[in-house]
Amino acid sequence: MKHIFSSPSAILLTILVVGALLAPVLPLHDPLAMDISGRFAGPSASHWFGQDEYGRDVFARLVFALRSAILISGSAAVLSAIIGTAIGVAAGYVRGLSEAFAMRVMDIILCFPPLLLAMLAATLYGAGPQTLVPVLALVFVPSFTRVAHASVMTVRTMDYVDAVRLMGAPTSHILWRTILPGIAGPLFVQFSFVVAMSVVLESGLSYLGLGVLPPEPSLGMMVGAARATFLDEPWLLIAPCLLLTVVIILLNAFCDHLRHLLDPRRSTGN
Amino acid sequence: MGWFIRRIVQSVIMLWIVVSLVFLSIHFVPGDPVELLLSQDGAAPDPAMVAMVREQLGLNRPVLEQYLDKLGELARFDLGTSIVDFSPVATEIGKRLPRTLELIAAAAIISLLIGLPSGVLAARNPKSMFSRGAMFVAGAAQSIPVFVVGTLLVIVFAQLLGWLPAGGFVPFSRDPGKHMLLLIMPAATIAIGLSAVVFRITRSSMLEVLPQDFIRTARAKGVPARRVMIRHALRNALMPVITVFALQLGGLLAGTVLVETVFNWPGLSGMLVAGVNARDYPVVTGVIVVVAAFYIGLNLLVDIIYGLTDPRVRK
Repeated sequence: MKHIFSSPSAILLTILVVGALLAPVLPLHDPLAMDISGRFAGPSASHWFGQDEYGRDVFARLVFALRSAILISGSAAVLSAIIGTAIGVAAGYVRGLSEAFAMRVMDIILCFPPLLLAMLAATLYGAGPQTLVPVLALVFVPSFTRVAHASVMTVRTMDYVDAVRLMGAPTSHILWRTILPGIAGPLFVQFSFVVAMSVVLESGLSYLGLGVLPPEPSLGMMVGAARATFLDEPWLLIAPCLLLTVVIILLNAFCDHLRHLLDPRRSTGN
Repeated sequence: MGWFIRRIVQSVIMLWIVVSLVFLSIHFVPGDPVELLLSQDGAAPDPAMVAMVREQLGLNRPVLEQYLDKLGELARFDLGTSIVDFSPVATEIGKRLPRTLELIAAAAIISLLIGLPSGVLAARNPKSMFSRGAMFVAGAAQSIPVFVVGTLLVIVFAQLLGWLPAGGFVPFSRDPGKHMLLLIMPAATIAIGLSAVVFRITRSSMLEVLPQDFIRTARAKGVPARRVMIRHALRNALMPVITVFALQLGGLLAGTVLVETVFNWPGLSGMLVAGVNARDYPVVTGVIVVVAAFYIGLNLLVDIIYGLTDPRVRK
């Protein structure tokens, strides 16, 4: 793992994520503060990226939008990773009926297209992050379960696991201390992949007005709002498009980088 | 034969579970679901309205009775009526589904036309500039969110160049030319991401086939290079491409939501988004059940084709 920063994607991503998460303590404008006299004002010393249709500071809105995208996607990915891995490891180790049951449940979740599941939840529970995070978490649980399950199946019969079992270690110790570190690699790769997918889904739902709610900034919503005024204010549209695309490309590149680091054999084929 | 029947029964059970879960989802909501659906911006809804909608959704009857009725209705393709304008949901879906399918079909054809040849070309010489460049472009094409791609296409081809209309829909029967013109951009938007997928799968599948003995044999007996690539290699590399492609198409049925919104294409998505915004529960569940049924059906179809072409799968 010492080479984790050996790729430019990892470094750039870290800068973006840390910068966005620190947004509340950085000397930025209030992303919600309107300024009617500054509607559509161009870039200036105090507003680096200009102001939007309500005179709000575009740079601050971009940073805070990225922050909410990261917070929502990150917490959804963490939740689904914990739940999915626990189910997958337990199913793969215990085997039998409970394994079959768990895997069937995962198949059922996979029958629902993620975007539609999120929309169903928004209908029933109302739109917003409090609905979005649990739905995204639910959507990605099966992917972690499958990865964990498959990895446990190959690891559980290995000699080092047998050795720990023969030493009399309790099952919980075998699962969390012996098996989990052995299968962590693919799970980390899956995690970075899920964060990228969540960012895409979150931005899409926000574009439809079902994710982050106005006036809170979100990249998807900024793209949707700026389309009407594109001819006069192209930058208002290009900036969120560019930031979103760059973040997703970086996340995907980081995902490939992790895969390469953790499993050099399999990644050479592609 | 047993394998096929088992696979079909599995899909039917899956569909039944999905339908049941969607039906039951309204009962998972804490509090009174109807009051929740009807309350706008925190204001309490009119009690008479609540009673009427509860009656309409059948929520005043025992849950088991509601559930059995619902299954019966579904078996007759009755998806209930909208709680906003009381129109039958199935009729509206019947009108809109073909438009969404048309969009997907057009995107599928475009992406096969782009993805397959470029994948074969890239596999012929994986170290070439073309291959590397195409891999990079495909990676980027898959990364950009589809509504960003759509928005950028509108800006470039509709607003800056003025070559194509920014969006809308005209029935084919009224004006075929205009209809196709309006189809180009939304279809291209979907096709950009999809052709990247086809390209990558084709390329890696070809790279696995090309080093095999029968390709060497074909070359050795003097088959022209082009014929080896297409008749010998591509035919054998096609299976994974078909599988991934079919699964992608199932996902697209849901993924077109964003594209249809960008281009005002009146497919399923407009109905769905309006349904979600109005919290029109029957409309939303109707669309979801139809899409999930398509998705499950497509998976079944892929498996059956697989089973027919490769007997080893049927174990």
